[in-house]
Amino acid sequence: MAHDVHAHVRSQTEYEYKRRRSANEMRGHVTTFAIMIFLTLIAFTMVYAGFSAYFVVPIILLLAAVQVILQLYYFMHMSHKGHETAQLFLYSGVIVAFITILTMITIVWW
Amino acid sequence: MSSIAQKKGFGATLWDYLTTVDHKKIAILYLITGGLFFVIGGIEAMVIRIQLAQPDSDFVSAGLFNQMITMHGTTMIFLAAMPLLLGFMNAVMPLQIGARDVAFPFLNSLGFWLFFFGGIFLNLSWFMGGAPDAGWTSYASLALASPGHGIDFYTLGLLISGFGTLIGGINFLVTIINMRAPGMTYMRMPLFTWTTFVASALILFAFPPLTVGMVFMMVDRMFDGNFFDHTMGGNTIIWEHLFWIFGHPEVYILILPAFGIFSEIFATFSRKRLFGYSAMVFATVLIGFLGFMVWAHHMFTVGLGPTANAIFSVATMAIAVPTGVKIFNWLLTIWGGSIKFTVAMIYAVAFIPTFTAGGVTGIMLASAPLDYQLHDSYFVVAHFHYVIVGGVVLGLLAGLHYYWPLMFNTMLSEALGKWTFWLFFIGFHLTFFIQHFLGLLGMPRRVFTFGANQGWDLYNLISSIGAIGMALGVAVLVVNIIRTIVKNEKVGRDPWGDGRTLEWAVPQPVPFYNFKQTPLVRGLDTFWIEKQEGNKEGMTYAEPVGDIHMPNNSFIPVVISFGLFVAAFGALYNGEQPWAVPVLILGLVITFGAMIVRSLKDDHGYHVHKEDLMDEKGGKH
Repeated sequence: MAHDVHAHVRSQTEYEYKRRRSANEMRGHVTTFAIMIFLTLIAFTMVYAGFSAYFVVPIILLLAAVQVILQLYYFMHMSHKGHETAQLFLYSGVIVAFITILTMITIVWW
Repeated sequence: MSSIAQKKGFGATLWDYLTTVDHKKIAILYLITGGLFFVIGGIEAMVIRIQLAQPDSDFVSAGLFNQMITMHGTTMIFLAAMPLLLGFMNAVMPLQIGARDVAFPFLNSLGFWLFFFGGIFLNLSWFMGGAPDAGWTSYASLALASPGHGIDFYTLGLLISGFGTLIGGINFLVTIINMRAPGMTYMRMPLFTWTTFVASALILFAFPPLTVGMVFMMVDRMFDGNFFDHTMGGNTIIWEHLFWIFGHPEVYILILPAFGIFSEIFATFSRKRLFGYSAMVFATVLIGFLGFMVWAHHMFTVGLGPTANAIFSVATMAIAVPTGVKIFNWLLTIWGGSIKFTVAMIYAVAFIPTFTAGGVTGIMLASAPLDYQLHDSYFVVAHFHYVIVGGVVLGLLAGLHYYWPLMFNTMLSEALGKWTFWLFFIGFHLTFFIQHFLGLLGMPRRVFTFGANQGWDLYNLISSIGAIGMALGVAVLVVNIIRTIVKNEKVGRDPWGDGRTLEWAVPQPVPFYNFKQTPLVRGLDTFWIEKQEGNKEGMTYAEPVGDIHMPNNSFIPVVISFGLFVAAFGALYNGEQPWAVPVLILGLVITFGAMIVRSLKDDHGYHVHKEDLMDEKGGKH
């Protein structure tokens, strides 16, 4: 409920701090982006090279998991402060989903 | 806009409730609808007990009996207990955290109307060729073989109402995370808010498996799918897993808010701070977490193997630990308190031994070898009625008496309330305690009758007599409610005199914007702190009086839900009636049309202006 909008004037130090932080973040983004492109290249190359499917499929799934984590942390700001609740619910969901899948492949008899 | 009540015609009031997005009015809608379904489920229970009162009875046929038990369970869980709890959450939680409404008022209304139309759809099955008859668990091997449309009503009705519950759960989560008043840290939240939070998280994770299961079942029955048909490569056990991955957290979705209500009542009427608050919070979260690890204890006899059975057995027993922590904390809250035995407090005190008895039989059933003996017997029936009626229903009745003045500014009669309590409580124990022994004597669950020479006659008769006590108790409650509404004696703010949490600090009748100024929370039991310091207003404010942004009323939730209701009939008669597919399409057009209108039309709500707030008695309450 913001009733009055306060105008905020940045000081010089603050300005430099923000600038440095954005630069850091930008570097993170670019690095992550490069890694993700590289991972995608590995995935495509593996399929193209014609390795056995039993080798290729798990590796691709692993790479996908890594990419999802990078995506969440570097592009969807999970690494920032104030995202603890989101993390809690995300991980809880992952655990529930994992247990469900584990059940389906272990104790459902056919 | 003024918060002063004006006389309105019936039509205007009805329209107001059809379009409302106010959490307090939606709470009343939940209470009315949930109460109605509670009575319907109760009548079904009475039919069951009349049928079983004597051996070789033919009061209802075997087929009708199956429909009765199925609809009794389904109605009580999905259409009575859960909506009533959602009603209390709506009525109380935003006030407890100092919010002006839930985070998404429109979705709140949508959630209610989805539940409403889903519930009506499910119950229409009685008049349209027979109700579902495969038990509330609706195991696939049985459900797929069920003739008629009963199971289709079950899947479609629960799908629609399940969407509503899921929406409600997400809404509460977002509200509690984002809309707490300044100073209301997580560890200062009242326990009812905490249990609402954890129960909502359970709804968030538990309802998707149910939805998946229901969709599989729908596809199998209505569109010739084979998810559960083992002759076609499907597997009937998948349903059981999906159902119980939902179904076990579901019982915690029910019991946790009841725990929350009791925690508030114990603290208020013992006039003491809740003993071991942080342990209570931890226990609540732990129960929520463990609730997801134990579902296969419903399936010990399926043949999962000793390893799986052992794991789930141990996990199940572990839940007794946090639950025991709670029981002892409640006892120690009462201990040394200045106790006031109001009706709500009597319910709360009676709840402790009753629920503990249900918990103890739960531990017995958690032991897999013993479960092989007790599985699908009346022992199980006795156990889950002890935890659900002895826990959840007592919680609902206690909450009804406790929160009635908050919701309606009147007070239910304490004298009649005590009548209800004793009739219900004695009737309950008479009905269900003896069912433990029926189970031990070998009476299987869900049988429609038994022979005179089986030695179960007397116990069943006693059980049925007990059920009359429960019915009378509910009848007295209805009389009490009607009398209170007719008398209409206003009681004002903090009617119990010992309110501890923020909801009792709000002036009565509660203004539609809840808080003129957002309160500043200075500790656990905010209102108590303010009262101790002699603050007549009951609140310290975090902001000056300013404009309040409020959402507009909307009829669109009703239209969206009604569209799905229509579409469900189309899906139900698919392949049988020539009009089925057009009706299905019509319903979906109504729903998606309404959603498009909602998306394209900007609705920014309105502001209650500062000047109007100041006008009423110079800005003071």
